[in-house]
Amino acid sequence: MKIVIVGFGMAGARLADELSAMDADVTVVGAEIHSAYNRILLSSVLAGKHRPADISMSTRAKARVGVAAIAIDRAAQTVRLADGTLLPYDHLVLATGSQALVPPVPGLEHAFTFRTLDDCHRILEAAATAESALVLGGGLLGLEAARGLALRGLRVEVVHAVGHLMERQLDPAASRVLERTLEALHITVHLAAATTSARFPAMAGASATAGATATAGATAGAGAELTLADGRVLSADLLVVACGVRPDVALAKQAGLVVDRGIVVDERLRTSDRRISALGDCAQLGNEVGGLVAPAWEQARVIARQLSGAEPLAVYSPAAPVTRLKASGIDLAAMGSMQAAPHDEDLSFADPARGTYARLLIRDDRVAGAVMLGDNPSIGQVIQLFDRRATVPSDRRALLLGRAIGGGTPSTVDTPALMPDGATVCQCNSVSKGELVRCWREGAHGMEALVGATKATTGCGTCRDAVEGIVDWLVTAA
Amino acid sequence: MMLREGADGRVEVGSRDFPTNRGGLCQKGWTAAELLDHPERLTTPLISGQPATWDEAYSLIVAKILDIQLTHGPDAVAVFGGGGLTNEKCYSLGKFARVALGTKNIDYNGRFCMSSAAAASNRAFGIDRGLPFPMADIAKADTLLLVGGNVAETMPPFARYLTEQRENGGVQIVVDPRATMTARAATIHLQPTPGTDLALALGLLHLVIAEGLIDQSYLDERTAGWEAVRASAAGYWPARVERITGVPVTDLEATARALANGRAIILTARGAEQHSKGVDTVTALINLALALGLPGRPGSGYGCLTGQGNGQGGREHGQKADQLPGYRRIDDPVARSHVASVWGVEPESLPGPGLSAYELLDCLGKEVKALLVFGSNPVVSAPHANNITKRLESLDLLVVCDFVLSETAVIADVVLPVTQWAEEDGTMTNLEGRVLRRRALREPPPGIGTDLAVIAELASKLGSGEKGVRFDSDPHTVFEELRRATAGGVADYAGVTWERVDAEGGVFWPCPDADRAGTPRLFEKSFATPDGRARMVAVEHRPVAEEIDSDFPLYLTTGRVLTQYQSGAQSRRVKSLRGEPFIELHPDLGFAEGQLVRVTSRRGEAVAPARLSATIRPDTVFMPFHYAGAARANSLTSDALDPISRMPEFKVCAVRLEAAQS
Repeated sequence: MKIVIVGFGMAGARLADELSAMDADVTVVGAEIHSAYNRILLSSVLAGKHRPADISMSTRAKARVGVAAIAIDRAAQTVRLADGTLLPYDHLVLATGSQALVPPVPGLEHAFTFRTLDDCHRILEAAATAESALVLGGGLLGLEAARGLALRGLRVEVVHAVGHLMERQLDPAASRVLERTLEALHITVHLAAATTSARFPAMAGASATAGATATAGATAGAGAELTLADGRVLSADLLVVACGVRPDVALAKQAGLVVDRGIVVDERLRTSDRRISALGDCAQLGNEVGGLVAPAWEQARVIARQLSGAEPLAVYSPAAPVTRLKASGIDLAAMGSMQAAPHDEDLSFADPARGTYARLLIRDDRVAGAVMLGDNPSIGQVIQLFDRRATVPSDRRALLLGRAIGGGTPSTVDTPALMPDGATVCQCNSVSKGELVRCWREGAHGMEALVGATKATTGCGTCRDAVEGIVDWLVTAA
Repeated sequence: MMLREGADGRVEVGSRDFPTNRGGLCQKGWTAAELLDHPERLTTPLISGQPATWDEAYSLIVAKILDIQLTHGPDAVAVFGGGGLTNEKCYSLGKFARVALGTKNIDYNGRFCMSSAAAASNRAFGIDRGLPFPMADIAKADTLLLVGGNVAETMPPFARYLTEQRENGGVQIVVDPRATMTARAATIHLQPTPGTDLALALGLLHLVIAEGLIDQSYLDERTAGWEAVRASAAGYWPARVERITGVPVTDLEATARALANGRAIILTARGAEQHSKGVDTVTALINLALALGLPGRPGSGYGCLTGQGNGQGGREHGQKADQLPGYRRIDDPVARSHVASVWGVEPESLPGPGLSAYELLDCLGKEVKALLVFGSNPVVSAPHANNITKRLESLDLLVVCDFVLSETAVIADVVLPVTQWAEEDGTMTNLEGRVLRRRALREPPPGIGTDLAVIAELASKLGSGEKGVRFDSDPHTVFEELRRATAGGVADYAGVTWERVDAEGGVFWPCPDADRAGTPRLFEKSFATPDGRARMVAVEHRPVAEEIDSDFPLYLTTGRVLTQYQSGAQSRRVKSLRGEPFIELHPDLGFAEGQLVRVTSRRGEAVAPARLSATIRPDTVFMPFHYAGAARANSLTSDALDPISRMPEFKVCAVRLEAAQS
């Protein structure tokens, strides 16, 4: 069976790799010139932590990069590429992804977007000579861009139309703590700030028309101004738009597949044509469109199992997403809904001065929603409990605060006098304080004699200080 | 350890200031002499549980073997060895199987121990020696990462090096789903979900790349395969790994940074290895070590901790299904012809690779009709033990050599009583690759044989003499033959003599030349691969073989406790070693301390009293695997095997709990 995958992003590459590992005949087509790369790491490239070469993804599949798929002939079961090639398929998978969403604000079409590796290169080129940046969008993507630019030493202002940051994931209190955290990182936040227009003074008036986006890189880096609804004008050396993404459905639409916001698929991830599947950012299951990697990779696994014959009827069951932002200075996790119902347990802790905030909504002994910001040692545990819909531990305080759980190391010998006789001093040889004392009384005076009589300290040796402490105490007490 | 005869004629254990344990012993060592004159010690052969003479026992065994071979072919008789046997016994056993029995089917319990680490090391370095450096290097490491090992309980004298490493200001990171004694003493304890060490290792590699901590010139000069490994690590960004493992990103970052700081050592033990993806997990950790440029650098590297007395030597001399002495491969024509010439047989007469331990045990009573067991107790130690017990019971002939009536000996047709450690000479090879001597202190009680004598006698009665092949019962003579057989192999003992071992406090292999020193440190200039470069192999995380679900909602993990050893056949008989079976679980699971709990998996059930622990993950329970009968943990464990090492997934399976009637 010939399988063609259109789209060589994270979803397409993952599927191609899984299918190749199963020895399927698969060809993957990508419009970008690069081979597949890990989009999750673009913010790390922006921050200078990864080199672009470090984020490429491996695939064992036949890949055709730098050539777009321009049409699907469903009757003939072929895909036409921009270079004129016709690729026949028995099954086609659309992984066309999404494009940066640019709000319909005059002038904004010339700003940098932050979506692809090429976007990243353009921003980096401009940032090399810039001292300040404006980032439009206070969601996850915007904050990642802001953090990356700040790490490169730029003064960054984030402009967000809503009254609090990451409003889809955070409650207002968490947003306030996050604003303080960002401030410490030299990132200023403007909230409830609607943008009415963008201007690029370096751009000659005549050329600043729509359609000049191809040259946006050169001009948008030479100074930008944003005018807000309240009349304020913000300016910086460069402007990045990070207002989310919209599914790329052009090819599917033109092929006559059913398309809503994304390409509509059923639980088997089939489109309205049973020979065509879709996954990742471009696919819409129920009311949900993609946007995150974890579900896209799970979808890739499901399609690979179907097409390889391992499980022809495999279905995809969506898991609730977890939003995670972790960069030096910021540690944030958000999941589920923070809308408390009447009988929910609503646990929270805030230490704004240290940038720590934790809130858990527990419903029927399960994590219904959580926001954790700053130093939260239980963050991994909370994510897993949410992911697996597992019963939360009865010690809610430990879960919220991540207090080191458990009994700690065996008691030490600061005060041998107060130590109970039954306390084990040497684990390796099961020697208690009482036994040491008894041997002492029977004449084993001194360290060597006690060790000889009890074998204490002769295993791992960790209890040597403890035994010496007891000897000192016995000498003093005698 | 040393022995001395007390005034009353009883043997006492004394400690010995040896580089490995530096005079340290735990209670298992101090009490080991109790077994020498134990009332339950076997003093006569048994046939169907009744005392018999050696002649009767041998006649029965030989007659049955010949009969089975005639009807079913040579491969229908199999041998099962152990990682506690001396090098001489392991060597003789392999030769016995291939030459005297002519069977391909010999494997041993070491398959259940370190086979995953061995396979990964061989693949990466071209050699498998537990530690490629002397143990003392550990105390000097700036950073130590120990994945899945609880040495404070399983190997207390070794834990001295860990204590010292911390006292020297080193950072110590222990990875374990349980807050073990070892984990609690560590600087950082990473507590991952059972079965996710592979994702953890890949996540650490990802971070090492992201933080610019790789040693590029080392990768360029000393390794092959880095590009594919780098590309695969890109898929394990911290948030994804946190979600899979439950280990916070902050701790992953701290670990990655610590590993790049000065001298660093990465060690694995059974916790990382006893999985159906054990080879890939160790491979990922070796990749991490190579990316940091550790192997071969002074005071740094990767190593594996062995779990049995002769865990290292036991895997080198041919009691493994695919192996000939000197860590040679049985499918290598050059190796076959060398070993055949030492044995005095034609290379074509040697069988090919046989079945791995679990697969061998699983076909007992089917293709295999007779089994000879030396130094092992598979009724307790094999996974899916109900199945294995049934298979053992279905044999036409089961022979067990042991010195107590182990659970496997109980169901044997013939039991042969043999010597213990204090009654025999020989050599063992420790986890550093250091060959050590075992010395006989006293004569065995009358009527008791040695494993070597049993092998030699059976071989002779099976007609090895007519083939011109000699089996010796004298360990020193066997060792001299072992030297010749291993000459030129990976584990080359040609230059090791008992006299040198005595004089030099042990000799590190490879040691091809009697006039030259052994090799305490490997990889200083090159790896044991054809081109001298370490092989990096890209691996991907995959889920455990049996995930938890609503019917079996908890992970069971198994392991050892301080006071017991392996299948417990010996340590359960030592009165001064405490130890009752238990199941460790979180108080939230609703059982009271001491309450009897029935644990059920898809393969069987076990009953043990609850031991509450607030430090264990609420989704995980733990049972020690030393116990037999109703408390046998291996009644529950999974027989899913690693595709390369054939290691069973001892460390994780899905179970449910309920209150048991006492």
